[in-house]
Amino acid sequence: MAFNYDKYLRVEKMPTLWCWGCGDGVILKTVIRAIEKCGWDMNDVCVVSGIGCSGRFSSYIDCNTVHTTHGRTMAYATGIKLANPDKHVIVVAGDGDSLAIGGNHTIHACRRNIDLNFILINNFIYGLTNSQTSPTTPQGMWSVTMKRGNIDPTFNASNLAIGAGASFVARESMIDPKKLEKVIVKAFQHKGFSFIETLSNCHINLGRKNKMGSAMENLKWIDEITVPLKKYEALSEEEKLQKLPTGILRQVEQPEYCELYDRVIEAAQGGAKITRDDFNKKL
Amino acid sequence: MAREVISTGNELASMAAIDAGARFFSGYPITPSSEVMHVASDLMPKVGGKFIQMEDEIAGICAALGASMSGVKSYTATSGPGISLKAEQIGLGFIAEVPLVIVNVMRGGPSTGLPTRVSQADIGQAKYPTHGDYASITLCAGSLSECYTQTVRGFNLAEKYMTPVFVLLDETIGHMHGKAILPDLEEVEASIVNREEYTGDPADYKPYDVPMDKPAVLNPFFKGYKYHVTGLHHGPTGFPTEDAEQCEFNIERLVGKINNVAAKNDGLDDLPDYEEVDMEDAEVCVIAYGSIALGAYEAVKKLRSEGIKAGLFRPIMLWPSPAKKIAEIGERFGDKIMVTELNMGQYSDEIERIIKRNDFTRLLKANGRPIAPAEMVAKVKEMM
Repeated sequence: MAFNYDKYLRVEKMPTLWCWGCGDGVILKTVIRAIEKCGWDMNDVCVVSGIGCSGRFSSYIDCNTVHTTHGRTMAYATGIKLANPDKHVIVVAGDGDSLAIGGNHTIHACRRNIDLNFILINNFIYGLTNSQTSPTTPQGMWSVTMKRGNIDPTFNASNLAIGAGASFVARESMIDPKKLEKVIVKAFQHKGFSFIETLSNCHINLGRKNKMGSAMENLKWIDEITVPLKKYEALSEEEKLQKLPTGILRQVEQPEYCELYDRVIEAAQGGAKITRDDFNKKL
Repeated sequence: MAREVISTGNELASMAAIDAGARFFSGYPITPSSEVMHVASDLMPKVGGKFIQMEDEIAGICAALGASMSGVKSYTATSGPGISLKAEQIGLGFIAEVPLVIVNVMRGGPSTGLPTRVSQADIGQAKYPTHGDYASITLCAGSLSECYTQTVRGFNLAEKYMTPVFVLLDETIGHMHGKAILPDLEEVEASIVNREEYTGDPADYKPYDVPMDKPAVLNPFFKGYKYHVTGLHHGPTGFPTEDAEQCEFNIERLVGKINNVAAKNDGLDDLPDYEEVDMEDAEVCVIAYGSIALGAYEAVKKLRSEGIKAGLFRPIMLWPSPAKKIAEIGERFGDKIMVTELNMGQYSDEIERIIKRNDFTRLLKANGRPIAPAEMVAKVKEMM
């Protein structure tokens, strides 16, 4: 039987505002499938998005949804989650939103290990505002703010998340939604902050000036630059520079922030004090 | 039975927040407001509430707004530079109609300015903290007791009008340590206002489908009422729109639900918007607010002891201002009005706007130092 998306969508908002062939729609469907896999009740889910094409994500999913200001998704979501620790909070933001203007909030959410599920839609460009360089735009590519070729070095978003202490970090592209769905399900089930870098296409505002003006050409490029983690590890250092590994890049068990805060409440109400020993004297 | 406590203004603001039902605080440290946060961090877990120190001022207000829109009474505290950083999110609070109390303990500015010294130069910022059109509610505490009572009032107004509310303290009053008389907890609890909640069929729920001059009805999250909150202009259901008629209605309603209601009902609640001291037979009127009013009480006493019939008018609700009363004062006292404040005349300008004259005296200071009663006395004597 075909999957019933209508149950999860605000069907009256269809069709989406996204461009024909945009990966955001695939990611939306994949997130919905993952929600169903996890058996979450939509009354227990909140989706928070920022500004950019991905900002519209929140208006299409039928639950409590918040479309925040540019870059601040993670901070709003942190408040929603800490105030409602038993609920599921999904954050969706683009590479410009979460790595440039909101970079600070992203790294601190990783560090805190609060149980947010963050879908970073990385399309390597500011799409909505017409092709400005983003922190992930590859060097040498055309952007409207770097018409002679981008010189700005890029963030490796997943490495950034690992460095910042995220307890679950994965990278997949939307080319293979089945694979992406599996990773998102694992992320949703993970206790702690999960960071899912989802590579997506923007053939309109990245592709057209970079010789991949159709969705297929843009997706082909994404396919070329990605390689499963195991294969990636076998590559030479030189080859690695041209590839992004996919799959679960890091998954560790770490105390989750809301659960730790329960210890603060306990201590404040006469329970045992929190000491360095609670954290194995970790630095 | 009132309660007597020995405390500071900053501490009292957080005690009040907890008593008013706040169960979430997020913020970022900044002088001279940090003690508001310190007390929140200590008291929140005791009552099962949440406290979080965020990574910056912006995140400090975002998390509080997030918690509040999900249904938990929330607040944040900061000083001028922090308000500047929070400005965009305050705008989201206005347009999405999210209740929030923002305590601003004022210090000298602009920029880093005078971090440890007193100022009242954020008055104008409190009226227009962010881009776009809206109306702000701003309360200003004039005593230690009011650091408590006006914070409680701030929460009640925020919930009633579904909007961010500023509670202004200043460095002097925030750090002042002394006796404060507080209303009984039962009295405070009896005064608590909670935001309206829609209880009908979720399918018919339209959070922003409210008439002119009325606030939105935003239900708590996760209770079966699945709606959309956005900083974009939105229609009755909360979804983005650019419809000209709708956008105009939105702005008129945002401004009207505060300014029109205050003008129509002579205030936003039943509590006093100002204090009058020795005004019955006064021939000269001193206008002062916040910590400067503490000096003004002394000045009025001194002037009276020297035979000058002075009175004090102290606005508490700065925005929307008690315009009717100020107009009366303008008419009654003519040019025998002295406005004294710690800025270059930000509230004097409001007085001028209301009484439509500029013949009154301004005693202003913007160097981080308070205005001594003796300076007020001398200035009034010059006027007589």
